Amino acid sequence: MRVHVDPSKCQGHNRCYALAPELFDVDDLGNAFELNDGVVPAGLEDKARLALANCPEFAISIEE
Amino acid sequence: MTDTVYGPVTDWATDFDHGAPEYNANVHQIWENLVASGCPIAHTERYGGTWLPLTHEMVHEIAYDTDHFTSQSVVVTQRKPSMIEDAIPAPIGGAPPITSDPPFHQEARRILLPAFAPKKIDPLRDEIRDMCNDLIDNMGDKDVVDAAVEYAQHIPVMVIASMCGLPREDGEVFRDMVHLFLEGIGEPQEEREIAFERIGAYLDKHIQDHIDNPREDLISFLLNAEIMGNKLSMEHVRGTIILLMVAGVDTTWSGIGNSLWHLATNTVDRRRLSENKEMIPAAVEEFLRAYAPVTMARLVKEDMDFHGVQMKKEDWVLLPFPAANRDPKQFENPAEVVIDREENRHSAFGLGIHRCLGSNLARLELNVAVEVFLERFPDFELDLNEVMQWSTGQVRGPRKLPIRVLARKG
Repeated sequence: MRVHVDPSKCQGHNRCYALAPELFDVDDLGNAFELNDGVVPAGLEDKARLALANCPEFAISIEE
Repeated sequence: MTDTVYGPVTDWATDFDHGAPEYNANVHQIWENLVASGCPIAHTERYGGTWLPLTHEMVHEIAYDTDHFTSQSVVVTQRKPSMIEDAIPAPIGGAPPITSDPPFHQEARRILLPAFAPKKIDPLRDEIRDMCNDLIDNMGDKDVVDAAVEYAQHIPVMVIASMCGLPREDGEVFRDMVHLFLEGIGEPQEEREIAFERIGAYLDKHIQDHIDNPREDLISFLLNAEIMGNKLSMEHVRGTIILLMVAGVDTTWSGIGNSLWHLATNTVDRRRLSENKEMIPAAVEEFLRAYAPVTMARLVKEDMDFHGVQMKKEDWVLLPFPAANRDPKQFENPAEVVIDREENRHSAFGLGIHRCLGSNLARLELNVAVEVFLERFPDFELDLNEVMQWSTGQVRGPRKLPIRVLARKG
């Protein structure tokens, strides 16, 4: 599984970083990006889905 | 020009008044009735013509559409920018970046973003905990406390004063400003002029003091900041300080009050959170969804058709993010408060380019305030013998929240 934050949609709500800091980080402006090229380590798939379901800007996508 | 004093609302679909006291007190029922009657967008002639879209889809669309809707003024009043002689025009507006449009908006916002990014805000946790504990210490051993007046309203003021480099004891000035800009929109203009002058003098004094004695705080930072290679104009600096002092105060105090109100009126949720501190972050998100404090506003740029209604140039359009958060198309059982709701794509902090700049700070304050309150008062309830009072206007939260303490610690 891979996650991706669309930087043109992310407005820095910071939900993904709060819910899944193993998968996302934020830059100095507070905008999010995926860690590890978006590769979701085994066992963290639910966290990836949780981040997607909590992004107010629909900025996160998942490739299964 | 004298402001009109509006009479009672005759019909919420065609004559609504979001500034009437009964609006905030009954708002969930009002929205539900409107939507059930087949009215996804209400209108009123009040304030010179105002629209109230109620679906997540419409709110989302308007928040994103900066071509047709301007942010030049985000608080609905009877005075539109075209009626104010010295109004600062779009795309800058009176309190950048909240009153700014693209492309200026992005530049003005970028200056402020780093100061409010998660990694700058998270380290404030212990300081905020201490503030909350001090406020509870100050309540003494009273049986009934006012969680809005004695607790919620002080927390954001203390935090933002500390960040700006203003005296923490000046809480009264902050509340004066909040009242002037957000709540006092219908008060006599002469009184408002006097208040504007008083606040202007306060700002001038502290800006001058920061020019003479620069230090590590947001006011000094703004005085040195550059936009496209130029220092910020004094108007811009002043407008942004006003924004910081106003925007983070009654919004967060309302959010804290709304959360404590829910807990004071819901025994099951109160006990669950009291016994399971780790549930607080998700519960706070649910309180933000179900009781989002902030409705923003836009102005229509040119006459246009919006989903079949004819909007006129300079009509107000309210952006009720709290109503979007209760749209059944977006949320399962939206009227129900589910403190461990997993899917919670709420828009309490807005949508699009104007996402609340201070959202990370507000979330931290909310989490800490709820956590400390529950630690010190593991059990409490709303005191029905005392008056509970909701705010009026675009920010909704308790202004009086009488709480009977049933158990205390520390």
